[in-house]
Amino acid sequence: MKNSMHMPEELKEKLRSRWNEDWRKQLRKKLKVKERMALERTPMPENEPLERIKGFFEVNKGYTPEMAMAEARRCMDCANPTCVIGCPVAIDIPTFVKKIEMGDFLGAVKVIKETNALPAVCGRVCPQEDQCEGNCTYTRMGKRPVAIGNLERFVADYERAQGEVEVPEIKVKKNKKVAIIGAGPAGLTAAGELAMMGYDVTIFEALHKPGGVLMYGIPEFRLPKAILEKEIDYLKKLGVEIITDFVVGKTATIDDLKKQGYEAFFIGSGAGAPWFLGLPGEELNGVYSANEYLTRVNLMRAFEFPEFDTPIPRGKRVAVIGGGNTAMDAVRTAKRLGAEHAMIIYRRSRAEMPAREEEIKHAEEEGIEFHFLTNPKRFIGDENGWVKQMECVKMELGEPDASGRRRPIPIPGSEFLMDVDLVIVAVGTKPNPLIPQTTPGLKLAKWGEIEVDWETMGTSIPGVFAGGDIVRGGATVILAMGDGRRAAKAIDAYLSGK
Amino acid sequence: MYKIIFNRPIANKVKHMRVKAPFIAQKRKPGNFVILIPDEHGERIPLTIVDSNPEEGTIDLIYQEVGTSTYKLGLKKDGDDLYRIVGPLGKPTHIEKFGTVVAIGGGVGIAPLYPIAKGMKEAGNRIVTILGARSRNLLILEEEMRAISDDLRVWTDDGSYGKKGLVTHGLQELIDEGLKIDHVVAIGPTIMMKFVAKLTKEHNIPTIVSLNPIMVDGTGMCGACRVLVGGEIKFACVDGPEFDGHQVDYDNLILRLKAYREYERISLERFANFYPELRDYIFGGAK
Ligand SMILES: Cc1cc2nc3c(=O)[nH]c(=O)nc-3n(C[C@H](O)[C@H](O)[C@H](O)COP(=O)(O)OP(=O)(O)OC[C@H]3O[C@@H](n4cnc5c(N)ncnc54)[C@H](O)[C@@H]3O)c2cc1C
Ligand SMILES: Cc1cc2nc3c(=O)[nH]c(=O)nc-3n(C[C@H](O)[C@H](O)[C@H](O)COP(=O)(O)OP(=O)(O)OC[C@H]3O[C@@H](n4cnc5c(N)ncnc54)[C@H](O)[C@@H]3O)c2cc1C
Ligand code: SF4
Ligand code: SF4
Ligand code: FES
Repeated sequence: MKNSMHMPEELKEKLRSRWNEDWRKQLRKKLKVKERMALERTPMPENEPLERIKGFFEVNKGYTPEMAMAEARRCMDCANPTCVIGCPVAIDIPTFVKKIEMGDFLGAVKVIKETNALPAVCGRVCPQEDQCEGNCTYTRMGKRPVAIGNLERFVADYERAQGEVEVPEIKVKKNKKVAIIGAGPAGLTAAGELAMMGYDVTIFEALHKPGGVLMYGIPEFRLPKAILEKEIDYLKKLGVEIITDFVVGKTATIDDLKKQGYEAFFIGSGAGAPWFLGLPGEELNGVYSANEYLTRVNLMRAFEFPEFDTPIPRGKRVAVIGGGNTAMDAVRTAKRLGAEHAMIIYRRSRAEMPAREEEIKHAEEEGIEFHFLTNPKRFIGDENGWVKQMECVKMELGEPDASGRRRPIPIPGSEFLMDVDLVIVAVGTKPNPLIPQTTPGLKLAKWGEIEVDWETMGTSIPGVFAGGDIVRGGATVILAMGDGRRAAKAIDAYLSGK
Repeated sequence: MYKIIFNRPIANKVKHMRVKAPFIAQKRKPGNFVILIPDEHGERIPLTIVDSNPEEGTIDLIYQEVGTSTYKLGLKKDGDDLYRIVGPLGKPTHIEKFGTVVAIGGGVGIAPLYPIAKGMKEAGNRIVTILGARSRNLLILEEEMRAISDDLRVWTDDGSYGKKGLVTHGLQELIDEGLKIDHVVAIGPTIMMKFVAKLTKEHNIPTIVSLNPIMVDGTGMCGACRVLVGGEIKFACVDGPEFDGHQVDYDNLILRLKAYREYERISLERFANFYPELRDYIFGGAK
């Protein structure tokens, strides 16, 4: 269940009956499969690389209704829609895509929202190539998949542009209080689901704004904060209360909250604690964790300094260490803050980079310099304690390791110096120990992740559930949301059984 | 949401603010701090919780005006709101009965020292206090500290009050007097803590210092606050802010505190342009 790749009977049944509806049959007849297959994938309109690196506005401009309908026509409405298996929240993809083909955009959003409360976010940040699109029949045939992410984004944006987003009526009030810890995608999803079931839901968030990584980590040029705020407003309309500036474990513990009448808990506190490399010179000024760098820029709006009070140095030669989404976000941010050389230092090769394909492509277009098979060894500072150079070593790839990726091995004697004035370490994060330390009896796994039963997301403490990065140790937005959903169901079962 | 009960000067450029923050007031222990944001464009800055009143739901902060954020705080009027405040953060002080505890506070460091010394006193320790300030008009909390100290001595750089000299002279004086010191708590400018720790190390006296690196989130998420302790990287906001004074790399902390000097200057200059009437107060006669 960690990454559900099978299709439950119930879901199969739903897909099948919708597939058999009259309008679907008619629509399938309108174009032959061959004709659909002959259509080219509709490209996403983008702002020009040289323009976009001057600011923080969004790179992708989004489809027009015509583009969306053209792309939707490519979908063959497969009898066995493997795309759905690739989506961690099992969105009924063919139904929503076919509604787009019909021009029923609001109908399409409704279908998506059956299982995904944040479509404008997911359409933008899901690694579609590994998930829905990676499992599309087209991909299996060696062709370019239906642009499911672009379509999802389109209908969500369309709905928002219409003005009032429809809020479902909540029929029964359960009069039971549930506490959600952390306002990242896992917590927000669990909160939304539980609110719709009629529970009184309160989210406690440590920072001064909700959203988790979506707020403090992923930059404006990939996910405009105004969109995120709209999606969060939707939850508030569902009746979810969000209390910011509240660190569970510090401001109050889970036990304290129990005394205040909360009967069930969902921990979605993420994996926010940064790893450093443990290399000499890491304490120098000008060496940042990606978390600090991105938090200053995104959450604290340092890119608008001195309009906003939080500063961020604008390096000319910026080295970002790592190859994931975080590294791409940091290096592209540095470019936008005026770096002449914005560099990725990655110890494996391009093929092993874990970042989303689209981010790598955008980074390449924007003139990011990639130093593959390279690893830092130490950082060297000037007389003011500011980093000025980095010693690196070249690497070669050996046998695959436990993760299946080929293990990088340093090449002896290949050390060289690189001039830098800013270093951003983006080599991953681990769970923050604050909650485990203050919640006696919570069972943990190897790196401090909370141990759960993957069916229910229940922890070792009855009534306490967890999901997202705090149990997975750094995964994706949609997996976190999927966990939130499953946990909400289990919380409902737990509280109803009481 | 976070109502300011009062905000008033207690020494030159040092102010005492009482804020309504019921959750924090309930939970805080000596050694804890908060992170606050003065206004919507503001920075997140850490300040120690000097005292609290759980019944009233209030906490007390004492801060020195040194840059944009603290000058912004200084402008707040009684009844105004603070944009944000979160806490209590950091590990509380380890308090036990050590015997004789020497509490050393320099400048505005006396503010965070006060709750710790008070906690130590309540745990049955004998408290000998050394307070240091550049000058008489910069000395804070003397009466409060005196009330919980068995012995209190003041040292000023310019000799305008108490004895003339640094707190390290005060500590040397106690050692010379043959006082048996079981534990030292020293809080003040980094350079002061460095020299206090140097002296206590020579005399093998266990010493705790409270570090004040630049912070952002205050919950262990960013690493801005990292300090070198015993050669290892520690996050002051979650592993500290108090550490074994003999293990801290003070020189690195001093360098890290300078990281944003140029930005701080630009920011303060801009702030002063908005409040021309404060220019003299900010840039003139600080002493
Ligand atoms: C820079 C960056 C880029 C990324 N890009 C992508 C991408 O393109 N696509 C993708 O799918 N994934 C991406 N990811 C990964 C994805 O963001 C995470 O997997 C996802 O956000 C995890 O969600 P979550 O809800 O578990 O936790 P988080 O998003 O980390 O949210 C946790 C929240 O809990 C709060 N919190 C923590 N402790 C406490 C406490 N004690 N009390 C109260 N609140 C607390 C935190 O402040 C935070 O707001 C990226 C990650 C980063 C860092
Ligand atoms: C755990 C902790 C507790 C603290 N408690 C108190 C307190 O009770 N009272 C109090 O007055 N201050 C306290 N500080 C220091 C306080 O946070 C800073 O003075 C404040 O952030 C300065 O912000 P600013 O924008 O006004 O000045 P800035 O413009 O940021 O800085 C102006 C000047 O102050 C120096 N400075 C900046 N940050 C710090 C810092 N963290 N520590 C020391 N000097 C700094 C700069 O080097 C610069 O010279 C504490 C710091 C920490 C980490
Ligand atoms: S939520 Fe993500 S994986 Fe699922 S369909 Fe949408 S983009 Fe694809
Ligand atoms: S697998 Fe691809 S073509 Fe088939 S239904 Fe899904 S999106 Fe359409
Ligand atoms: S202030 Fe961010 S980790 Fe300590």
